[in-house]
Amino acid sequence: MGIYLDNSATTYVDSRVRKEMEPFFSKDYGNPSSFHDMGLAAKNAIEDSRKKVAGILNASPKEIIFTGSGTESINLAIKGVYRANRSRGNHIITTRTEHHAVLDSCRYLEENEGAKITYLDVDRDGIINLDNLEKSITKDTILISIIYANNEIGTIQPIAEIGKIAKKHSIVFHTDACQAGCSQDLNVKNLGVDLLTLNGSKIYGPKGTGMLFIKSGTKIHPIIHGGGQEFGLRSGTENVPGIVGFAKALETCQLSKEEENKRLTELRDKLISGIQGSVPKTILNGHPTKRLPNNVNISFLDIEGEAILLHLNREGIYASTGSACSSESLEPSYVITSLGLPHEVAHGSIRFSLGRQNTENDIDHVLMVMPGIVKKLRMISPVRVNEDELRR
Amino acid sequence: MGGDVQTGENEWFYSEEVKEHFFSPKNIFTSEEEAKNYTADGEGMVGSPACGDVMRMWIKVDPKTDRIRECKWRTFGCASALASTSMLSVMVTENGGIKIVDALRLKPGDIIKRLGGLPARKIHCSVLGDKALRAAINDYFKKSGQFSRVLHAEGKIIDPEVNVSDEDIEHAVLEGARTIEDLQKRLKVGIHNKDVLPKVKELIAYYRKKHFGE
Repeated sequence: MGIYLDNSATTYVDSRVRKEMEPFFSKDYGNPSSFHDMGLAAKNAIEDSRKKVAGILNASPKEIIFTGSGTESINLAIKGVYRANRSRGNHIITTRTEHHAVLDSCRYLEENEGAKITYLDVDRDGIINLDNLEKSITKDTILISIIYANNEIGTIQPIAEIGKIAKKHSIVFHTDACQAGCSQDLNVKNLGVDLLTLNGSKIYGPKGTGMLFIKSGTKIHPIIHGGGQEFGLRSGTENVPGIVGFAKALETCQLSKEEENKRLTELRDKLISGIQGSVPKTILNGHPTKRLPNNVNISFLDIEGEAILLHLNREGIYASTGSACSSESLEPSYVITSLGLPHEVAHGSIRFSLGRQNTENDIDHVLMVMPGIVKKLRMISPVRVNEDELRR
Repeated sequence: MGGDVQTGENEWFYSEEVKEHFFSPKNIFTSEEEAKNYTADGEGMVGSPACGDVMRMWIKVDPKTDRIRECKWRTFGCASALASTSMLSVMVTENGGIKIVDALRLKPGDIIKRLGGLPARKIHCSVLGDKALRAAINDYFKKSGQFSRVLHAEGKIIDPEVNVSDEDIEHAVLEGARTIEDLQKRLKVGIHNKDVLPKVKELIAYYRKKHFGE
């Protein structure tokens, strides 16, 4: 049994969620579009789930679209809004630290459909500057897409304030809330968002499920065409057990939010201060307090992240790194270099993302093995980064 | 809620040999003190931390047999890079030490073969080891006054008097040389042959810009 600290990659499926999904695999397996009792049972399950999710978001059920992933929701939001509003303009504002799903969708529109994209810089903590956001708005701006909480460094953006700016200029505002589903306020009226993306596999729900909130009146085109399911915005036979599981997972998360946030924040801060107290030459990436309660991202100077991960793995600790060596590209994490930190700092970054299954014992175990691993790798490293040059 | 989750056995991407060399690296310094006091006959460093890999090698050579007697190393990089350097250090010191002429023929593929293969996308992490070794051997040639043996595989000779190539200058800049004085401390370039100084200065500026954006 290992210590899983990669909950931002994906979470396990909660047993209550599995139980809720169970009838829809082989008992109530009808197609929601079918005109008989079996179809009706499936349709009712979807509509109940839609109401449940709408309630949590303080939205109307017809504003909730179920999709196949967070990535699909983001693609629908960005490409769909762009295409439907193309006659009004071609400018999209986003940030340098978005998930690939946002960045690559924007790049696609830039290269193929005439879009102009502004990628906002972030500060050393990963937060955008609201004045810069407002200044970058032009008469052609039709969409702002800004991540709620960053997947690598956990920094939380001032979404409600961004929402006010978007509203003032009548620009559609989408937020990728995939990492925020368990711990943050998802009330779309408080946030002032027109679109919001969630993902089942980050909230103890099933993989292959996602959701897009689309405020009534928002102009959007589908990207998948066919049978007209999900108000014509996401054709394809609905993933009934997935939708039921997604809704149950979101409900379960949000019900225990305050209690769990408090518990995780304590564990998070214990891990951060414990590492920084026992290992010299480390840098905390992301904002010290405006960060997800489950995110710890630390760079260990002079050594490389994949090597650290393998040592952790041998100790039964599962984490992730922003090093180029663990990715398909030769470039290290663009999120960490966007903070103004050099490549070698990004190469040495480790993300520990906590979850419901983690206990204080898990944190103690990491703190016990971490100094030895770092010491061992530093002994065989020829690099000595000057730490003072990296201080804020 | 702990009973809700099961974490299964992990699959390894690396061969047993890679794991062995990664977890128990051979021919390393065991203390900072040992590293500081080590006197090598030749020393070489390649790569940069920004690129994700740096390898530094120290060798001792038996002048009578022209064989490498000792090889120490330090590497910044992932498991492939660390294991490759460790394996290389074994390959050049086993069986009484490798002849310099054979050491210069080693290629990344030889190391990878001995490691039992590497995942395809990891091959690039292992290509610096032989370069670091070659740099250490070149340094040994220079330090021991064997200028005629200095190799310039891909480099262009800038100062024939000391056999310094543009590649040597690039390495010196990567190791921290910023001025012509810095460079001369390491390479003795242009000390007698003053005609080459403008070209050397131009190359320093070029490599500083290339690697450090200065």
